Amino acid sequence: MTERTIRTERPWSWKRFFFQWEWLLVIIFILIHVVNSTLSPYYLNINTFIRTPQSFLDKAFIVLPMTFVILLGNIDVSVGSTVALSSVIMAVAYNAGLPMPLAIVLCLAVSTACGLFNGILMVKYKELSAAIITISTMTIYRGFAYVILEDQASGGFPEWFSFLGWGNIAGFPVMLIVFTVCAFLFWILLHKTTFGRSLYGMGNSMNACRYSGIRTDRVILIVSLLTGLMAGFTALFLTSRMGSTRPNVAQGYELEVIAMVVLGGVSTSGGKGRIIGPILAVFIVGFLSYGLGLVNISAQVLLIIIGALLIVSVTVLNVRIRKRKKKIPA
Amino acid sequence: MKRSVIGTIILLIIVSFVIPFTLTAQAAQEAAGERHAFVFKNTGNPYGEKQMEGFENGIEEQGFEAILRAPDLPTAEAQIKIIEQLIAQNVDSICVTANDYDALEPVAKNAMQAGIKMFSADSALNPASRMTHVNQADSEMIGRTLIQAAYDMVDGAGQIAILSATSQASNQNLWIEWMKEELKDPKYDDIELVRIAYGDDLRDKSVAETEALLRTFPDLECIIAPTTVGIAAAGLVISDKDLQGEVFVTGLGLPSEMAEYIHNGACPYMFLWNPIDVGYLAAYTATALSSEEITGAAGETFSAGRLGEYEIVDAGDEGTEILLGPPFKFDIDNIDEWKTVY
Amino acid sequence: MQNKQMQSKLKSLFSSTENFRELGLFFFIVLISLIIQMRNQTFLTLSNINTLLINGSILSILAVGMMMVLLTRGIDLSIGSTIAFSGMVSALTVSAYPSIHPLVSLLEGTLIGLGIGLIIGILVSRFNVLPIIASLGMMNVVRGMTFVVSGGRWVSAYQMSDGFKKIATGTFLGVNNLIVIAVVIYIAFYYFINHTRTGRQIYAVGSNPDAAEISGIPKKRIICLVYVLMGALAGLAGVLWVARYASAQGDTAVGYELNVIAATVLGGISLSGGSGKVSGLALGAILFAILNNALPLINVSPFWQQAIQGLVILTAVVVNVIVKRRNEYTALVRRNI
Repeated sequence: MTERTIRTERPWSWKRFFFQWEWLLVIIFILIHVVNSTLSPYYLNINTFIRTPQSFLDKAFIVLPMTFVILLGNIDVSVGSTVALSSVIMAVAYNAGLPMPLAIVLCLAVSTACGLFNGILMVKYKELSAAIITISTMTIYRGFAYVILEDQASGGFPEWFSFLGWGNIAGFPVMLIVFTVCAFLFWILLHKTTFGRSLYGMGNSMNACRYSGIRTDRVILIVSLLTGLMAGFTALFLTSRMGSTRPNVAQGYELEVIAMVVLGGVSTSGGKGRIIGPILAVFIVGFLSYGLGLVNISAQVLLIIIGALLIVSVTVLNVRIRKRKKKIPA
Repeated sequence: MKRSVIGTIILLIIVSFVIPFTLTAQAAQEAAGERHAFVFKNTGNPYGEKQMEGFENGIEEQGFEAILRAPDLPTAEAQIKIIEQLIAQNVDSICVTANDYDALEPVAKNAMQAGIKMFSADSALNPASRMTHVNQADSEMIGRTLIQAAYDMVDGAGQIAILSATSQASNQNLWIEWMKEELKDPKYDDIELVRIAYGDDLRDKSVAETEALLRTFPDLECIIAPTTVGIAAAGLVISDKDLQGEVFVTGLGLPSEMAEYIHNGACPYMFLWNPIDVGYLAAYTATALSSEEITGAAGETFSAGRLGEYEIVDAGDEGTEILLGPPFKFDIDNIDEWKTVY
Repeated sequence: MQNKQMQSKLKSLFSSTENFRELGLFFFIVLISLIIQMRNQTFLTLSNINTLLINGSILSILAVGMMMVLLTRGIDLSIGSTIAFSGMVSALTVSAYPSIHPLVSLLEGTLIGLGIGLIIGILVSRFNVLPIIASLGMMNVVRGMTFVVSGGRWVSAYQMSDGFKKIATGTFLGVNNLIVIAVVIYIAFYYFINHTRTGRQIYAVGSNPDAAEISGIPKKRIICLVYVLMGALAGLAGVLWVARYASAQGDTAVGYELNVIAATVLGGISLSGGSGKVSGLALGAILFAILNNALPLINVSPFWQQAIQGLVILTAVVVNVIVKRRNEYTALVRRNI
């Protein structure tokens, strides 16, 4: 925490401002658009920029709290299963006669409860790493989704529900608007509140923070709760886009989300990174795969590209950090 | 120092972008004329590769361009994305092998609003999201044929079991329903269906499930596996345990996967349609729809190249479909000529 | 006299923290086996135990590699993809040159896996990339490469030579080859981790990386080594997998890494590094194999299987923590007295 504070108080300079990971992301972002539009004649139009985001933004809601989780030095791989479970429960409850607005509330409540359960386990059994807790709850949540819905798909939602995933307000997709609001709130939470500062602190040294009076357990619980809640948002939008749900939805989301956060320059050892990075990464990966989709590149090549991008960016990031550390006298 | 680092980063990133692009730059070249897209369930499935191959042949022999796509995981979410990209490219038709019966409805409706002909093949979309469906074989016929095969193998009396794919697979579930229907015939009074197991189309799980079936029901005489991974796993277990002649396997399988077990007697015969023909028929359906020769209503007819004339008929789900024909029977006499084909 | 000796022996067994864990796991296995036996008489027959061990052997081989990785506080998510890739390449080789000796195939697969492991090892040890990220990236890349080399095709039983399939179906002194290979690996690994300098250094690096480095242990080399070994074992397992199931496909073993991690954790290997025993690992792998074998045998609804597996894993790790806490507490109390 202290190191961080000192660093932010260094005199502002043009050079440092531009030599940041986030600017690199901006450059990649622009580069992708340039390359994509030269490759495909269908790329460069207003629809691409306004409509396309709703095809990849569903996961982006989890990217926001996952940034917090990773800042703490933790990891959460149960989010995909949380999405599946809450979506399945919402569909079953609606078909059992619950009015849709209440079913939506139920969906968010279930996902928040899932997140909270992870948090309680983490706080209660500190010896266990977050990875093992969420690996087991991942299996359990997905397992319950199968128990509830068995081999069925469930849907038949009212017409207005599809508005969430497909509709527009003033020309902008609902999803994009909601995401912008959420992203803004998370930005404030991380960069303008003491809660946000304590995240950085805990990521750097959990013990130091505990001794200096930060209620670390409470912070962990809040972050888990937020993760669950945002997984619920993902469940809502995903279900709305598909119009029906089944226990195997959102498979592999956890790894995609983690990859985006890391690509966004958040260090997995905790304590370093800003929320703007992962948000940029969401759009980079989204537009990249959309553009490659327009030239009908095969899925396996896309898999290789995304994997390589992840490795290269993290390696570069680490080399940079090491170089910088060497420069600052200890 | 710093500048050189940034330089390398940018260089690395540019390189990592440019390489795949140069590889695919040719693919991006626009071809004149109609473009028809085929979206399979997932990549790396030889059955799907053969369907795509048939589709490509059918489209190219008419002088048009075929776009073949498949997500890396068999999910509806991934197919929605691909269809959106195809809509943006303004293709003439999209044929989907659906990963979910209902979940593609919103995006399919968008496609149809954009004037794109939307239909399904192999695994159906719901009637609201498709103009018609290319059905590889009549579900009822598959279900009934498989039970008749089992009846034949156990000589009219004995225990049988079903080893299916995932518990979610809609095709398999429909076929199993028809199997149960067929079993109601008094002719099958001495046949007992002891269990329906799910191997999830995973090798290890299918093998474990088969072993559990054999162990739990020592008198089991026949396993029906209406899925390519399951039937091969069942054949493997029976061969490993030298149970040929005591327990028989039948169902739907790829000839290449099953050649070994048909030769060693674990599987006397099994069925499958020709996936190349499924794709080929879908190709002619695509062009017939886009030239508005047909609209997808029952009673219309069109010609499908080397396969001859086809008629659109009512499907069981209030939509329409085109039936490819009866499933093909593979046995020891013809397996060798097919095992290298697919 | 003898009785008394036995008693004191038992007492000392129970009082030691680490033994307690293994014994607890052992009794849990006995208990669960008895319950299953009551539901299905065929469970504890020789032939079913044989089947169970054959099916569990690939998992236990992988668990050995994963144990070393976890001991150094790492994780490797790429092994499912490595299995698929090495299996696919060796199957393609066999179908092209059927006369190849099976040992060559095994070596080929192992080397491929070793190469993949080396890349991850270098990324983790030299470039300080977090293990979860490095292996996540490689997971994608290797999986994609599997599809690319196979062109979406599968390699089927009839394309493989009999010698190749014999790797998994043949027997050695009446015991299936897979079981033999697994047992040999366990013995070698037991010696390696407990009685060689490098083996002990792995523990040292895991329990306190900084202290290990300061005391002169080549930390980076050790960390790189565990990923190389993990990769090599995954490559070997890939060949075994393909020989066992007589089919190589692009999506082989998707998600299998989580099974391996779960089995390892059941065996008491801590994800925070530095602690865990080979005996525990073996029991964990056996327990996992029993769950996989028995749930279909006692006709548990397929829809419940996943939830049950998750609950068992969570219970096992939580119970582990509680037991450990109680033991530490009693140890403290004893010291006070």
